[in-house]
Amino acid sequence: MSSELFYKPVTELSGLLETKKVSSVDLTQAVIARTKAVDTKVKAFNSFDEADALAQARASDERRAARQARGPLDGIPVGIKDVIAVNGQPLTASSKMLANFVSPYDATVTKKLKNAGAICWGRLNLDEFAMGSSTENSAFHTTSNPYDLERVPGGSSGGSAAAVAAGEAIVSLGSDTGGSIRQPAALCNVVGFKPTYGLVSRYGLIAFASSLDQIGPFSRSVEDAAITLGAIAGHDPLDSTSFKTDIPNYRAELTKRKGPWRLGIPKEYFGQGLDPEVAAAVEKAISHYEKLGCEIKNVSLPHTEYGVGVYYIIATAECSSNLARYDGIRYGHRSKDAKDIVDLYFKSRAEGFGQEVKRRIILGTYVLSSGYYDAYYLRAQKVRTLIRQDFLNAYKEVDAILTPTSPTPAFKKGEKAANPLAMYLSDIYTIGVNLAGLPGMSIPCGFSKSGLPIGLQLIGQPFQEAELLAIAHAYEKAHDWASKTPNL
Amino acid sequence: MSAPTDLNIDHVAHLARLALTPEEKAKFATQLGDVLAYIEQLKKVDVSGVEPTAHAFPVYNVWADDVAQAGLPVEAALKNAPAQRNNMVVVPKVVE
Repeated sequence: MSSELFYKPVTELSGLLETKKVSSVDLTQAVIARTKAVDTKVKAFNSFDEADALAQARASDERRAARQARGPLDGIPVGIKDVIAVNGQPLTASSKMLANFVSPYDATVTKKLKNAGAICWGRLNLDEFAMGSSTENSAFHTTSNPYDLERVPGGSSGGSAAAVAAGEAIVSLGSDTGGSIRQPAALCNVVGFKPTYGLVSRYGLIAFASSLDQIGPFSRSVEDAAITLGAIAGHDPLDSTSFKTDIPNYRAELTKRKGPWRLGIPKEYFGQGLDPEVAAAVEKAISHYEKLGCEIKNVSLPHTEYGVGVYYIIATAECSSNLARYDGIRYGHRSKDAKDIVDLYFKSRAEGFGQEVKRRIILGTYVLSSGYYDAYYLRAQKVRTLIRQDFLNAYKEVDAILTPTSPTPAFKKGEKAANPLAMYLSDIYTIGVNLAGLPGMSIPCGFSKSGLPIGLQLIGQPFQEAELLAIAHAYEKAHDWASKTPNL
Repeated sequence: MSAPTDLNIDHVAHLARLALTPEEKAKFATQLGDVLAYIEQLKKVDVSGVEPTAHAFPVYNVWADDVAQAGLPVEAALKNAPAQRNNMVVVPKVVE
């Protein structure tokens, strides 16, 4: 790990805070200074509120002085994707539609972070309404990959991944509908965790596809992911899809669970389209597990090839319904030259939404429309069942599944922008996890010859986050990819 | 590649209350034609007897106690309204 404060993990910083070697104000100032120094290049943030962050840091230091510190996250700056509500802060979804929206309340995860003493720090860029894999669909700017500024950071949570990779936040929150946490984590050399559907409340998360969306953490270590996940997980009466389940102490479980594990390798994830350098790095990680005494088994997920098709029916159908609320009436952009109320809907939406959002609303409306519902939406829901059964069948033989996170390292800005289908296919390895509702994570597992990060995806059984984190931790203990920080 | 599809952009855009420019219509027709052609592969799957999945872990009968709870104050709820007057959202005339 680098000696700079802003590159240290929560596990180390919480010790420094506890022993008063560093104050939260010192740490927050270091993160602010780092952000000011590098964000003109990285562009991870849509906005940040320096005074508000320092006020939170002073409150944390006062708690600690009064011996009322609330745990390892107390005083730690946590970056937040600009699609998660923080009371009094902008909430834009990187869309013109919400460019001037200020949230009047906290998301449940925000409330939980505040209860844990964390400093809510900044609004992180994304593809508009979380629709995309590169942040190029942001209405404001494209975030750069800290390891190569000509390349994308991945998406949709590209700002959340890039901020952690560049030391502009210690950890951050993103959301994952088809890979939006794991893919950018892989492309930016950080840990990204998507929980089981229902583990983390979606209350206060701007809805994209409600049956797939989950909030999760980005961090520079597995242990930090365990700490942050523990802070945000749990049943919430305000989200009727949130699950009543015990939340273990994920951090303590990391060292209690020692394996050896039975790990599945699905052949469908190692075929055509997989970059050879990514394949080599992932195979090396698999052989590390073998050396640890794990049993490596070939498994089959036969419906994998249908994942992207199912996803782009279900996700667009749900988004066309969720985004109907943006009508220019109660909040959001309102057109100035509408001639009547109906015209106001048409024009406000035309002016407020960007190209990808419009494209998905059209596709989603089409697959739900009279005469096409059965052929597209209903069929997709049935194939979704088969994809889910594939995973559950595999879990009869294995504890977790290992795959590449993304078929390639970070691609160049503009490379796929004109071809939506090519962009959609970059999520081919992450989408199945959302359709099946499973926990999945990406951890760094190497670099390409040209210095681009590569991610290993670990897919777990429903609500077995503790086991999945322990498996990831076992790999991370013997590797130090996080120490290779970007040159900025 | 533009696939055979009966996607009627004008009709669908009307359903979605979305005004599209002629350029957008032409572009989306081609791009979504490609996506729909790709999606055609789902027709190969035998789904007879398969139940649809709407949620991976469905939760049924979620009840809340019937107790009134404070909502957002009016000022907070209206803070983001594009136009407001007398604690109400102002909209174009709806009834002549």
